[in-house]
Amino acid sequence: MQPDLTQELLELVRLTATSLPADVEQTIAAARDKEDAGSVARSVLDTILRNVQMAREHSTPICQDTGTPIFYVDIPAGWSIREFRRQIEAAVAEATRRVYLRPNAVNSLTGKNTGNNLGDEYFPTVHFHEVDGDTVTVRLMLKGGGSENVSTQYKLPDTRLHAGRDLEGVYKVVMDAVYQAQGKGCAPGFLGVGIGGDRGSSFYAAKEALWRTLDEPNPDPELDALERRITEDANKLGIGPMGLGGKTTVMATRIKAIHRLPACYFVSIAYMCWAYRRHTMIYRNGQVEYK
Amino acid sequence: MREITIPIDDETIRSLKAGDTVALTGVMMTGRDAVHKWLMDTFINKTRQPQGDDLEVYEAIKKILDHGVLYHCGPVVSGIETGDYKFVAAGPTTSIREEPYEATVIKHFNIKGVIGKGGMGPNTLKACQETPAVYFHAVGGAASLIAQSVQRVLGVYKLEFGVPEAMWVIEVKAFPVIVTMDSHGNSLHKSVLESSQARYRELIGA
Ligand code: SF4
Repeated sequence: MQPDLTQELLELVRLTATSLPADVEQTIAAARDKEDAGSVARSVLDTILRNVQMAREHSTPICQDTGTPIFYVDIPAGWSIREFRRQIEAAVAEATRRVYLRPNAVNSLTGKNTGNNLGDEYFPTVHFHEVDGDTVTVRLMLKGGGSENVSTQYKLPDTRLHAGRDLEGVYKVVMDAVYQAQGKGCAPGFLGVGIGGDRGSSFYAAKEALWRTLDEPNPDPELDALERRITEDANKLGIGPMGLGGKTTVMATRIKAIHRLPACYFVSIAYMCWAYRRHTMIYRNGQVEYK
Repeated sequence: MREITIPIDDETIRSLKAGDTVALTGVMMTGRDAVHKWLMDTFINKTRQPQGDDLEVYEAIKKILDHGVLYHCGPVVSGIETGDYKFVAAGPTTSIREEPYEATVIKHFNIKGVIGKGGMGPNTLKACQETPAVYFHAVGGAASLIAQSVQRVLGVYKLEFGVPEAMWVIEVKAFPVIVTMDSHGNSLHKSVLESSQARYRELIGA
């Protein structure tokens, strides 16, 4: 029989909303040290770091926009996806009641907020994959609206930017996205970049790329070099924390390339704010572990 | 860090310059997309008839906003069921969405400060010069920290807009902000945009 994991999922939601992953926090702290003493940039990063600590101590949301809950579930054969989704929904509703999450699901036609973060089958978003073995892995990302609003998609070639269908073209449009975003997606941010796909799968890849931890290089050396170049050059723009000027605009870039149609070459940029909330829950032999 | 109490007089506003860090203390109100739309439609453009408690709410918020501060914030609030409200998380939301309305709203209510993130456009900057008023930047996402500076929730209007969209009247103490648009026509957002544009052009060879 499939176990009821509602309580375990609730803890995953609490953890993700209130505790920034260690790699993200360390990266922000390193950025803070690089900014000049007494600068607006350093004071903003100090505020962010104090806020992160306070959220963890009080178990309150790191950011008031607790975002779109996006779940990625690896589920063994024989488990019911419908039942699992019901448990996720119960956990999300309970997390909202306990104010780990803000009610964020708004009916696009009536403007009414459902009050419990449950909308249609897209809200919360749940991606299921069937896997071998009997381990269940649930990854949760909370993607804030401000950062989603500055996320964007390009179609190559882009004549305005003289960007062709190659990695140089990718570089140009990603730099354009960072420049256009300024501080509005709560810079300093992280870039998830999807190359290829159709318009939908391209963004899916961009968000998926954000799951690679910050100490892990891109397995493709060419993409790894591009990631470093984008991060370094984005920081030359001087946009800085919150767009108020400074050395830190982008803290890391993550690229994932997928197959495309001959006719299409999309580049999607999933801008992730400093409140880069992602955690993983692993369920095996009745034991739960969080990462 | 300058300490300023709400209500704020014109002289104080005129003395503030883009780049100043400020700690705000006093009573302010939250308002974002739904509030701006409701205000514009019902009381400024009058394309919609006042309904229910609209007029009553309008009179009440007029007093709060005169020489007051409007905060672009969609908070996380506990105690919704009991009415014993507490701000759990209360960072700023993106302000530019209100750019089509804000200049009118600032002047209509004689607002002295708007708090948000990301800054606002030329219309708001002009209204800041004329009213006078300033734009305060709060650290986007610093929700837990800011919630700590909220001493009390004094009340809420239009809760039917939803928790993030309602008008929350709050008493704050030493709320940390940075002046990024002052009443003399300076905007830190504009200057960062301009300098980043020059560097961006160099880098991509445009
Ligand atoms: S962009 Fe991120 S940090 Fe900023 S308000 Fe939204 S969720 Fe919070």
